[in-house]
Amino acid sequence: MNKTSLHTTHLQLGAKMVNFSGWEMPITYTSLIEEHHAVRKSAGIFDVSHMAVFDFNGGDQIRFFEKIFANDIKKIANANKALYGVLLNEHGGILDDLIIYHADDKFRLVSNCSTREQNAAWYKKYAAEFGVEVIERKDMGILAIQGPHAIEAILAMNEISTSINDLETFGCMFAGDHLYARTGYTGEDGLELIVPNDVIVNLWNVALDQGCVPIGLGARDTLRLEAGLNLYGNDMTIYNHPYESNLSWTVDTQEDSRDFIGKQALLAVDQSACQKIIGVILKDRGVLRPGYEITHKQGKGIILSGTYSPTLEASIGLARVDQGFGDSGTVMIRNKELNVNFVSPRFLRQGKISS
Amino acid sequence: MSDIPGDLKFLSSHEWVRVEVDGTVTVGISDHAQDLLGDIVFVELPEVGQSIDAESDAAIVESVKAASDVYSPLSGEVIEVNSLLEDQPEIINSSPYDDGWFYKMSPSDLSEIDNLLSPEDYSAVCED
Repeated sequence: MNKTSLHTTHLQLGAKMVNFSGWEMPITYTSLIEEHHAVRKSAGIFDVSHMAVFDFNGGDQIRFFEKIFANDIKKIANANKALYGVLLNEHGGILDDLIIYHADDKFRLVSNCSTREQNAAWYKKYAAEFGVEVIERKDMGILAIQGPHAIEAILAMNEISTSINDLETFGCMFAGDHLYARTGYTGEDGLELIVPNDVIVNLWNVALDQGCVPIGLGARDTLRLEAGLNLYGNDMTIYNHPYESNLSWTVDTQEDSRDFIGKQALLAVDQSACQKIIGVILKDRGVLRPGYEITHKQGKGIILSGTYSPTLEASIGLARVDQGFGDSGTVMIRNKELNVNFVSPRFLRQGKISS
Repeated sequence: MSDIPGDLKFLSSHEWVRVEVDGTVTVGISDHAQDLLGDIVFVELPEVGQSIDAESDAAIVESVKAASDVYSPLSGEVIEVNSLLEDQPEIINSSPYDDGWFYKMSPSDLSEIDNLLSPEDYSAVCED
């Protein structure tokens, strides 16, 4: 089993560990619900060093990303910013979702753990044509510090450039080989630090000294779901295109001359007829889980992600449904038909319940 | 290891049963089970009057992370359920052997209790 540089630290903190795509990772330290609230109300710190980090060297990197990435890399090519988007195959199926960071004329990419080998092979396959060298940074780890007090806590750590305070949402900066970005997977303000493994343990300990609460992958999942953020493998897979995955905003087909992989397949999709991902709130007692069947006035659907939301104190989920869903329907849970409301997938905005 | 009250008998699937002085029995899940599940947010209890066979589904317990079946340690008829759990399922986390009980039943064959694990044997199951 793979271990991050914080593995011993997690055990010392009493974390429950689980196998996550071949990595032994903390699922909870104390209580999932308490950890969740710590991020919504104060500041939490996550070890997400299992995720894959890639750097790129030489060649025409802009044209390389224009080819493999459905979003348009030129949006960040002259800025110090991050851009979220998807990697597609020729059929428009989603191979992965990822973030590309750009600062000081350097690109760094972070993608999921379970797709590491697939992606590395995919990048290398297309990089050669553009003279780009793909460098997997196995020596890098990632910490995410998230919550309304996250930036305050980071500044008090005295370990990281105070310039991070000036970064806007999705802004990023390099300090040597360290990358700091105002990104995250919780719907809260905060910073992701993509830094060499040998500085991770110290940064973690100093952050804890400043009151950051260790957060496991359990609360990471409830936090991202409340924020309406997809999880690759649950909410979209290689068999889904972005338009049926609430990701049309990450597909940029505006420039006729840019022919990214999967574009032709996407242009053939009738977006007015394809299924959509929506937010679901269970009105009755129970908990939505992946695979449960949804019925509405004009069609059906299926729960992709479902859990209990500590902030809403109700069960919420993401579902892929036929169009014409209206604002309510039913879900089958263990042969019982229960009532659900349909809402925007963003259950929370800036940490507050969407009205 | 969490302490296990000596007057209980267990299934290896982490349910406990206690024989009360009046001959009825009380059923719940173990401290080890609640710890494995994490924060419990929902419980589906059997109906009063329902007959349940030993080792068949009696209830469902859901934590934030997952749903789990609860099996009945003994056969019998349900005579009372812990309605407190509907609004405060987290009691199972804080008091698995007392306030967090699931249901009481009138057992149809108390000799079935010989098929269950003693606290010592159950403790060994948890350590595996």
